[in-house]
Amino acid sequence: MGAETTRLVVGAETGQAPGLLEQIGAVAHRSITRTLRQRALLVFPLLFPLILFAINGSSLSAATKIPGFPTSSYRAFALALPFIQGALFVAVSTGTDLARDIETGFFNRLALTPLRPTALLVGQLGGSLVLACIQCVVYLLVGLATGVAIVSGVGGAFVLLALAVLIAFAFASLGALMALRFGTGEAVQGIFPLLFVTVFLSSSSLPRNLIKVTWFRDVATYNPVSYLIEGIRSLIIKGWDGQALALGFGFATLFLAITLALAGAAMKTRLVRT
Amino acid sequence: MSDVSAAIEVEQLVREFRKGPRAVDGIDLAVSPGEIYGFLGPNGAGKSTTVLMLTTLLPPTSGRAAVGGFDIVRQGSQVRSTIGAALQEAALDPILTGREHLLLQGTLQGIGKAERRTRAEALLDRVGLTEAADRRVGGYSGGMKRRLDLALALVHAPRILFLDEPTTGLDPQSRAALWEEVARLAHDEGMTVFLTTQYLEEADVLADRVGIIDHGKIVAEGTPAQLKAEIGSPTVEVAPVDPDAGERLAELLAGFGTPARNGRGSVTVPLPGAEAQLAEIVRALDKADLRVASLQLHQPSLDDVFLAKTGRKLEGTAEEEVEDPAPAAPRGRGRRGR
Repeated sequence: MGAETTRLVVGAETGQAPGLLEQIGAVAHRSITRTLRQRALLVFPLLFPLILFAINGSSLSAATKIPGFPTSSYRAFALALPFIQGALFVAVSTGTDLARDIETGFFNRLALTPLRPTALLVGQLGGSLVLACIQCVVYLLVGLATGVAIVSGVGGAFVLLALAVLIAFAFASLGALMALRFGTGEAVQGIFPLLFVTVFLSSSSLPRNLIKVTWFRDVATYNPVSYLIEGIRSLIIKGWDGQALALGFGFATLFLAITLALAGAAMKTRLVRT
Repeated sequence: MSDVSAAIEVEQLVREFRKGPRAVDGIDLAVSPGEIYGFLGPNGAGKSTTVLMLTTLLPPTSGRAAVGGFDIVRQGSQVRSTIGAALQEAALDPILTGREHLLLQGTLQGIGKAERRTRAEALLDRVGLTEAADRRVGGYSGGMKRRLDLALALVHAPRILFLDEPTTGLDPQSRAALWEEVARLAHDEGMTVFLTTQYLEEADVLADRVGIIDHGKIVAEGTPAQLKAEIGSPTVEVAPVDPDAGERLAELLAGFGTPARNGRGSVTVPLPGAEAQLAEIVRALDKADLRVASLQLHQPSLDDVFLAKTGRKLEGTAEEEVEDPAPAAPRGRGRRGR
């Protein structure tokens, strides 16, 4: 061990328990640092949705010939999907990170400090927020670079980013909820296929009014993911569509409120201290 | 609670799990301030469950306990501000550096920015991690991780330190270094240390008092010397050069105690007077012109104590693989007289 001269003042005053914001800041700083240092966390969630975007954009362009298709560019129509797929990756990475903390005992280390459950949850989601922001900006820039025009203009692009990040944050809360509820990375990763199917059973590939199979159209209509996608898509291909935006922001906010509340309750249960 | 001055007091503490036996079954113990208390037992004996309860991470089923004078159920936050803990397995983030761990811990413990940087430097220096401070923990060795784990437990200068099997899986050198540091914390700085271990030598060398736990119950408690004395005196085993001289040797040693014949003429005799009688035996052997191949003094060990109290040996019951269960003792540090 090190120098003999270093002495602790045992029982020394450590000051007041830090405020909620300071706690959130400390946990968020760690979460963001972790995110930025794990390149795989950044690269794969970026690549996979963009590869699908490239494939769909070129192979399904004939769909624009269907009467009533809302745009002449399928790439513009398909650009909304990477934002949602990216959100799924954010959910999985958030949940996996938190589950790892639980499995390794790091969670217990945090539990031995005066850290509040709310601070731990919100701080943990900080890294997810950064990841979501990076992803969304990249998706948008790639879309623009491939010739997609944002009909709602520069202002619409910022609203699009806000909605996409809100959606990603809600999915991140879902990932956190799964981690806190089940405590293992495997359980969190197990939700990914389920989420992927949920996205598939929405208006991700076609507008709902053009889906000919009745059951598919009904499922897509009742699937809130359709409204998240349509909110983003409206800014790209329509301009300022109040109804689509209200539904998009409404469902995203509701989704976030529910997942955050449930994750908060799960955090209190998980962070058992006397 | 009976002893208001104790750092840790436990009365009839019980923890039951839904589908299992009582992990902790009505234990009583008291640890004095500045004492190193060794909690010794095999895997599954209830050591870690006890630590989780005393550190407020697991509510007890029944019974009472106070840590630093605070009730572990009703005053959990005060308990947590009084204690530091390094729980089983070094719980570290492989992506962060050692320094970042210490700064995060310092922030969450409410230590001011300048002070936490100073403390982080001091603790890194103390545990010998200054050079590795800015490397990611994922690249640390097992010993380095344990040392960082210890430093993290010390960030807020706690009065009471809980160490749950701190040296499991460490190489002898790392283990000895950690023992030295723990001894220094208690003996030089007055920190109370509650240490669980499955290593006999760790408890023997480091602990002022030892509690032996088995199947959730404390089966023996006292200083290592007291516990060993309880189960009998040391023995000396003499092996003659000529195996046929065993009979003569046994007759000679009968003057010191009841001899027991072993194989190849070797004879064992108890020595109530311990080392003092050893010289007499050597003189008697010399006088009788009995040539000796070997002469060994056997002190009772804590393993003998465990065997006497539970009917089985402790060493070998551990499931985890270790690199070496018997490293060297802390350098230049004797046990505090008690």
